[in-house]
Amino acid sequence: MALATFWFILTAVLWTGFFVLEGFDLGVGLLHTVVARDEPGRRAAINTIGPLWDGNEVWLIVAVAAMFAAFPGWYATSFSAYYLVTVLVLIGLIVRGVSFEFRGKLASSRWRHLWDTTLTAGSLLVPFFLGVFLGGMLHGIPIGQDQEFSGTFADLFSGYAVFTGLTLVLLCLLHGATFLALRTTGALRGRARLLARRIAPVTALAVLAFLPWTHSTAGKGVLPSIMQLIAVLLVLAAAWLVTTGHEGWAFAATTVTIATTVLSVFVDLYPRLLVSSTNPAYDITVGNAASGNYALKVMSVVAIVLVPVVLAYQGWTYHVFRRRVSAEQFADETAGAPE
Amino acid sequence: MSQLDLARLQFAMTSIYHFLFVPVTIGLGFLTALLQTAWHRTGLADHLRLTRFFGTLLLINVAVGVVTGLVQEFQFGMDWSAYSRTVGDVFGAPLAMEGLAAFFLESTFLGLWVFGWDRLPKRVHLATIWAVALGGALSAAFIMAANSWMQHPVGYTVNATTGRPQLNDVWKLFTSPVFLRGYLHVLLASVVTGAVVMLAVSAWQLRKGRSPLVFHASARLSLLVLVPTLLVAMLVGSELGVTEGKYQPMKIAGAEAQWTTCQPCSFSLFQVGGGNDDRTPTKIIEIPHLLSLLATNHWNGKVLGLDQVQSQYQAQFGQGNYVPNIFIQYWAMRVMAYLAVVVLLVGLWGLWLLLRKRLSSARAFQWAATWLVILPFLMNTAGWLLTESGRQPWIVQGIQLTRNGVSPSITTTTVAISILVFLLLYAALAVVEIVLMARYARRDPEPAPTPEAPLPSLTY
Repeated sequence: MALATFWFILTAVLWTGFFVLEGFDLGVGLLHTVVARDEPGRRAAINTIGPLWDGNEVWLIVAVAAMFAAFPGWYATSFSAYYLVTVLVLIGLIVRGVSFEFRGKLASSRWRHLWDTTLTAGSLLVPFFLGVFLGGMLHGIPIGQDQEFSGTFADLFSGYAVFTGLTLVLLCLLHGATFLALRTTGALRGRARLLARRIAPVTALAVLAFLPWTHSTAGKGVLPSIMQLIAVLLVLAAAWLVTTGHEGWAFAATTVTIATTVLSVFVDLYPRLLVSSTNPAYDITVGNAASGNYALKVMSVVAIVLVPVVLAYQGWTYHVFRRRVSAEQFADETAGAPE
Repeated sequence: MSQLDLARLQFAMTSIYHFLFVPVTIGLGFLTALLQTAWHRTGLADHLRLTRFFGTLLLINVAVGVVTGLVQEFQFGMDWSAYSRTVGDVFGAPLAMEGLAAFFLESTFLGLWVFGWDRLPKRVHLATIWAVALGGALSAAFIMAANSWMQHPVGYTVNATTGRPQLNDVWKLFTSPVFLRGYLHVLLASVVTGAVVMLAVSAWQLRKGRSPLVFHASARLSLLVLVPTLLVAMLVGSELGVTEGKYQPMKIAGAEAQWTTCQPCSFSLFQVGGGNDDRTPTKIIEIPHLLSLLATNHWNGKVLGLDQVQSQYQAQFGQGNYVPNIFIQYWAMRVMAYLAVVVLLVGLWGLWLLLRKRLSSARAFQWAATWLVILPFLMNTAGWLLTESGRQPWIVQGIQLTRNGVSPSITTTTVAISILVFLLLYAALAVVEIVLMARYARRDPEPAPTPEAPLPSLTY
């Protein structure tokens, strides 16, 4: 296998890993004020992802760094084309990241309300605009012969790209609700289950529409691939499993759904990286955007050695924090602020 | 302003802001790990209280450091697509390695440390804070390898078809003298920054006298770390100056506003006037031979003047102006060096008080040490201005000019919008950060824990 293809697969896996892992903590960010109306409940909801979200986010950082290192042309064209979209994603990541840390630092309900709002808003901006970005890769944007973007901001918002964003937001919501049901107790768990049950049918419909649209956008007809069939079946299974109280299995099902949905975009994209809507000859591809063989080889060695190590210690983290979190734990605490 | 000016402004602004937080993260991370190690060995409740006290300050700071780092990663593609496309083959590799080797480590173990107090065995929990500190230091190594390559490109060949640099020896990136000295200097400067923050907080607390014994211990630790680290940082910094002078003679000549070649060369303490359009500033107090010594390590060393390097570069690279901003070079160097001397003197004062066992009662010192906290941030900023502004007009020395690295497809309006957005967002974050840091720094440390009760996570 050519090294460039290996790096395409690795980049796709990193993006997928990001949505699988950060997907549920984005969902929890979106739902934490819905699932719990009082402070102890919200603290509990946030604490289910407290130890995990930062490590999850690194998957995106590494995915983008992999694009830069392995396909400089892809990285350069995409982020200059998606300039303002990227600014929106960054705003989301920034306000979200500091919300976790700042929220509990002052004992004032206005203060907490502010960071609850930024946490929710950030958790919406990130999956939606990253979805627009991913969908646009496949749908195509105006790219000229010089591999530079030649369109306007509006060109980035094709119907398919916007729908990719919506689908990802819905997937994050379902994934997050299922995760909350899996990781909390008592009333919180009940509400999370109820939320998951309500979100599941909408998400299933979105996935059901998204996959054939993806296929036809890629010019491959509308019949779904096996991977896409799995995505659809499991999103339906997740809805049923969470209702019957099999939260662990439901979470496994949403995990596979989100993974197969994101991966199917990359599968349909290959060997292209960024489609040019101007002329197929100007597509940015694995062939014309890859770094030299030496750079790819060095990074492959690093990745092959380190990825298993990272998976091992991240896996261990999930094991350490496997216990359910209950609202009662936070009932008699103030926000832990000074004085 | 042109799109190029705005893109440069944005990069300068976001990098300087980001680098206010990075050194505190690295330095305070290392010091917090030391405190926890002390607790692990002595079992003293005060050491635990200090670990959690400074750990909380570390976390407030890490939050902003991490999110502003994200902006840096995307900005190369957004504003500097021509640069990214040209040098991604070489420059991207250390960035990808940073993510895989350092950033995963730092972020994952930070979560384990914050939430793992009652979940992990003590020894394992101690290891997690060391993993965080190690992750931060490793992260800086990869970033410095990438940056050093921009100062002194090595380990590449130019592809005959594309005309772009291609990596051909990755070890050269990590063994280049600019990298080795630059990285060590940044790492030491970070520890100095962390130590000054710890010293300032401890000094304030000592002045208020609420938990004198606890904060005497942290003041002592910070002083013992600060003084030797700063001394070594100064030595490494001057070595770095010599090394950079060899590969980027403009940078060093600019730092003295030296237009003509000299041998031996003197160093001026101040100058009035001066800049790219004023070649005859009034130099005040010139110290003979000092520039020769600083720039070449020799008493009578020769320093090439800006004019000579300019004509040499014109012959080599064609017409153009290769002189960086002299005002920035001259003053950035002095701000960094002079403030370092001030920090060193205050540090020595503290050590002397410590020896005479008068640290807890020395009001004047406690006041000075509290305000000292501003200086490392000015020094770090000045250091980066010296390094990065001194590289101009090159984005990669000798390979690509900054003006050729900017994204061709973006408009001035686009960059202006994003500058405005980040300006507002960063200003808001600065206010919150300062309020929270000040509030938590002035708080009493947690009461000593009862023996068998589990330790909760840090506030979240």
